[in-house]
Amino acid sequence: MATLEIRDLHVTVEADNATKEILKGVDLTVKQGETHAIMGPNGSGKSTLAYSLAGHPKYTITGGSVTLDGEDVLEMSVDERARAGLFLAMQYPVEIPGVSVSNFLRTSATAIRGEAPKLRTWVKEVKETMAELQMDPAFAERNVNEGFSGGEKKRHEILQLELLKPKIAVLDETDSGLDVDALKTVSEGVNRVRATGEVGTLLITHYTRILKYIQPDFVHVFANGRIAASGGAELADQLENEGYEAYTKGGPVTGGNSGGAAA
Amino acid sequence: MAEAQNTPVGSTTAGSIAVAAESTVATRMSAPPSFDVADFPVPHGREEEWRFTPLERLRGLHDGTAVATGSGVKVAIEAPEGVTVETVGRDDSRLGKAGTPVDRVAAQAYSSFEQASVVTVAKEAVLTEPIRIAVHGEGGTAFGHQLIQLGAFAEAVVVIDHTGDAVLAANVDYVLGDGAKLTVVSVQDWDDTAVHVGQHNALVGRDASFKSIVVTFGGDVVRLHPRVAYAATGGEAELFGLYFTDKGQHQEHRLLVDHNTPHCKSNAVYKGALQGDGAHAVWIGDVLIQAAAEGTDTYEMNRNLVLTDGARVDSVPNLEIETGEIVGAGHASATGRFDDEQLFYLQSRGIPAEEARRLVVRGFFAELVQQIGLPDVEERLIEKIEAELKASV
Ligand SMILES: Nc1ncnc2c1ncn2[C@@H]1O[C@H](COP(=O)(O)OP(=O)(O)OP(=O)(O)O)[C@@H](O)[C@H]1O
Ligand SMILES: [Mg+2]
Repeated sequence: MATLEIRDLHVTVEADNATKEILKGVDLTVKQGETHAIMGPNGSGKSTLAYSLAGHPKYTITGGSVTLDGEDVLEMSVDERARAGLFLAMQYPVEIPGVSVSNFLRTSATAIRGEAPKLRTWVKEVKETMAELQMDPAFAERNVNEGFSGGEKKRHEILQLELLKPKIAVLDETDSGLDVDALKTVSEGVNRVRATGEVGTLLITHYTRILKYIQPDFVHVFANGRIAASGGAELADQLENEGYEAYTKGGPVTGGNSGGAAA
Repeated sequence: MAEAQNTPVGSTTAGSIAVAAESTVATRMSAPPSFDVADFPVPHGREEEWRFTPLERLRGLHDGTAVATGSGVKVAIEAPEGVTVETVGRDDSRLGKAGTPVDRVAAQAYSSFEQASVVTVAKEAVLTEPIRIAVHGEGGTAFGHQLIQLGAFAEAVVVIDHTGDAVLAANVDYVLGDGAKLTVVSVQDWDDTAVHVGQHNALVGRDASFKSIVVTFGGDVVRLHPRVAYAATGGEAELFGLYFTDKGQHQEHRLLVDHNTPHCKSNAVYKGALQGDGAHAVWIGDVLIQAAAEGTDTYEMNRNLVLTDGARVDSVPNLEIETGEIVGAGHASATGRFDDEQLFYLQSRGIPAEEARRLVVRGFFAELVQQIGLPDVEERLIEKIEAELKASV
């Protein structure tokens, strides 16, 4: 069973000629089949965690470790991480002029699967998945994310999730900017992948509404660059009612204890 | 309609649309057009038309010190039936009718060539095979002139291939009769030591269509002036260009479309990729819409993709409009850096960095390549782009 282990992860970024520590010791274990929700205030470092796992060059790892089934993820290049089974649905997917969605998806699937998928079954697979996500087939011929609306970009991310079948999926605010119907469609996509039991999901979100469709096994509060508290699904409701205040102001936070920290 | 996006350091993307009583294109030149090299002062490099060009690398083409070697640049012309190919002397009265040299090197070429090639497609002849002109350099210095003329309603494709090593100043005239259709592909696939400077003049007849595809991959210095003027109304010109400027190369394309006649169209699209230290691409796009040219429809665009640090682009579209009675006029220029975020996105989907880079560059050129409409040329370009990319990463 695939396991992602994040231990005492410290990450900095360079901003305005200064080095700023964003992640200050993140500990988290995500196993295949589990769904973890991460909630936390703006700027607490959630996307930084997601990007650091994917290997974005802007983020410097200054301490700690990340392993996938014991393999050192931090030693891998961005594409090696993806081929090892990590997937990041981005908060802000990137536009790539001149590269069509169909070409992109096929190139990507070929890289991840280690061989080019058979054309006939592939075309069918893409078509069906797009239909399920209520994406117009015309998107296949459009350039990657170019001119896509916010919601269309998110569907396109989940389309990739479904086609690439990663071991660990990090979904960074996939629910932001979606209307109710789109949220449902996109959640169903995530749930189809979860239903295989073969993916561990790390769901970053600000809102509990997505958690009504995608039930998490664990909820973590992210504050000041680390996990401030962890609990079950009930912790999300508590956060919705009480906010993050208890975790953000003053005092050292003790991570790892379930839910109670907010009381 | 001008735009400039993510301009890398060391690059300029300037644009202007001027509404003027008189064109400034002529007044910015250091001398009026002339066939006589003596009418042009030796450039020192600060002139408007020379300011981007490394004169010291022109091997004397600009100051009269370059001397023809007599051999060392071979021209071979393969033409299907229905085409007349002649080699003529300087005094042939058909030469020089499509345009007059606008700078000293073009005038030098015109003043120095000894023989010219004249390729004639008879009126109403519709060729099914292209005319192929191979210009191969074997290390020599040469001055050349070519005339390609199509009679009324003739249709032809001409592929001019430049390969090998040479110092060459050569002009090409295209004269299109009424209703003629000419597609010219000029490929500059020189060795990295070659110097090639030239002016291409097209004179487009009534209702004729001219399509030019300029492809520059090689050379130490390549500086071309693709120019179009219209002999009568209803003419159409499409100017496509593609360049891949590598380390140390200077590739300069200076377009001019002179809308001197009513109801003509022009569309120019040039795209370039640059990689390596000292790679320098220059694109000048002058479009004039003269007072008489009512009903003109024109658009020009230049896009550059800078793949590495140390490369430089100067892109200057310039549209001058002397009449408001036109269908449309626009220009765009954008120079962007190869975007790390794009690379990250593709890599995060398992695609290795090299392949990701290739995907983006191929995508950048794809739209342009598809417009060429000649499958074998398209295929060759794609292969060439792939080879350039392989050489780089
Ligand atoms: N590339 C970067 N350059 C400079 N600062 C950065 C960079 N990335 C993140 N930061 C800073 O790090 C902090 C954490 O940002 P991050 O995007 O990880 O937060 P977040 O928890 O995802 O917030 P949100 O909920 O708004 O998405 C912020 O202060 C942000 O400005
Ligand atoms: Mg974020």
